[in-house]
Amino acid sequence: MEHGAPVNPWAALAYLVAGVCFILALRGLSSPVSSQRGNRFGMIGMTIAVVTTIVTHFPMTALGALDGQPIFEPDLGLAGQILAAIAIGAAIGLVTARKIAMTAMPQLVAAFHSLVGLAAVLVAAAAFLNPLAFGIAQVIRPIYGPDVVTILQVSRVEMGLGVAIGAITFSGSVIAFLKLNGNMSGKPIMLPGRHVINLALLAGILGLIGYFLTDQSPWVFWTITALSFVIGFLLIIPIGGADMPVVVSMLNSYSGWAAAAMGFTLHNSAMIITGALVGSSGAILSYIMCRAMNRSFISVIAGGFGGDSGSGAAAAATDRPWKRGSAEDAAFLMQQAEQVIIVPGYGMAVAQAQHTLREMADKLKEHGVRVKYAIHPVAGRMPGHMNVLLAEANVPYDEVFELEDINSEFAQTDVAFVIGANDVTNPAAKTDKSSPIYGMPVLDVEKAKTVLFIKRSMGGVGYAGVDNELFYRDNTMMLLADAKKMVEEIVKSLD
Amino acid sequence: MDFISILSIFVLACFVGYYVVWSVTPALHTPLMAVTNAISSVIIVGALIASAAVGLGSGGAVSKWLGLVAVVFASINIFGGFAVTARMLAMYKKKVR
Repeated sequence: MEHGAPVNPWAALAYLVAGVCFILALRGLSSPVSSQRGNRFGMIGMTIAVVTTIVTHFPMTALGALDGQPIFEPDLGLAGQILAAIAIGAAIGLVTARKIAMTAMPQLVAAFHSLVGLAAVLVAAAAFLNPLAFGIAQVIRPIYGPDVVTILQVSRVEMGLGVAIGAITFSGSVIAFLKLNGNMSGKPIMLPGRHVINLALLAGILGLIGYFLTDQSPWVFWTITALSFVIGFLLIIPIGGADMPVVVSMLNSYSGWAAAAMGFTLHNSAMIITGALVGSSGAILSYIMCRAMNRSFISVIAGGFGGDSGSGAAAAATDRPWKRGSAEDAAFLMQQAEQVIIVPGYGMAVAQAQHTLREMADKLKEHGVRVKYAIHPVAGRMPGHMNVLLAEANVPYDEVFELEDINSEFAQTDVAFVIGANDVTNPAAKTDKSSPIYGMPVLDVEKAKTVLFIKRSMGGVGYAGVDNELFYRDNTMMLLADAKKMVEEIVKSLD
Repeated sequence: MDFISILSIFVLACFVGYYVVWSVTPALHTPLMAVTNAISSVIIVGALIASAAVGLGSGGAVSKWLGLVAVVFASINIFGGFAVTARMLAMYKKKVR
């Protein structure tokens, strides 16, 4: 079967090289040492892909015809417009990247995902409107009447899938952005019968993509697009704030599949390789996040779990006895310690306490205390969120440990210092079968000699809406205050 | 390229992606998301083709503008994604001994 436009072998080779550069970019992230080189590979790959496309698809205008063959001339005006479009995007992108606060990284990533989704929709729409330019159509010249342009059937499926995934990525990411940015409540919004609605929409989209094979009318294409925008929106609104790490990873995956689907349409190996890489990356991150919460992907997507921080709807049983400590007590205890493990969570990000926390760690080191950091995979609002914030505060990455690498050390640790984390330290996850978080891997902070737990007040509960057993233990001391203020006071007391 | 060759590239790339991503250290998962974001904007290739194709077919004018808008979005992502990744990666430092 003749499929698509003739491919320039040099261009195909260049796209393949670009794809390999993208593989090397991700490969570089296996260690912080090689990561910057990896990022440069990514930039090289992108440059190769863009330059190759501009050279092989240089804008041309038809001058006229000679011996029945059309003559083309480079269209420098259009080339200027394209370069201007790139320059506008570059300016916006670079300024945003420079100005954005590290704590706002989850929102930024969600916003970027929405742009990939929207770009995929626009490219699919352009390919639908002008299939000849993309080499995905046949022209039939009837004896009477105008030429008929038919889009190749395999391209219709690819295009339909591309526009659907792109639209879902776009509207889903917009909702995720609004939730992460606080423009919209992090609480799950539950529509009655939403599973039925979503399944019906999904069936409708797939059915229309099937129907698109026999009928390439515009209404089919645009209905697929519209339904996909709606389903992306409906999929994300019932998902609560604490499940956002899964959502962000999932949308990351979708943005990859959207690029891959468009790569199929354009027969472009760089796009296909990238799409497969990004798609698997997001899928693996979603899997890691779900495993760290001991929840199935389906239950996260079904939504309805977790709300805003400290919503305190289900009041904690605060009538149980608990101990309250002051900044001086905390400073005294940590000064005497041999080893302190700091457990940061989303609360640290909200309070912007990472820099003060590093000062505290520096002071403790001056007193001869060994300081380590323990990170739970779902701490924060996106995978690796805490690591970036600690890196921003100049915490060396070899002091920061993952759950499985440090969990056995709490038993030999004098002080566990919990700042802004809650559910990920709850011992009930190990013992209480009736708890909603039962079975979730948690940090064994209660095994430390003393647990210092910073919390705004005793009323609130964690995202899972469960009371934390840790608060009422004999070896726990609650430090009730804003995380940043409390750490500042501890730093003063350490002098 | 016929459909089967394209599909082969895709399937093999999924396997490459699987192994490469599992080797990424969890500490760098946020930069991973930022850089995958940047590279998935390789969709700019499609946007450039759409913008450059005028005079072919009837939808050329509309699809040119769709393409140009997509070029803007994709390049926000490309420049922003790589720059923010570089900014994050520069922060990861080893202990000074």
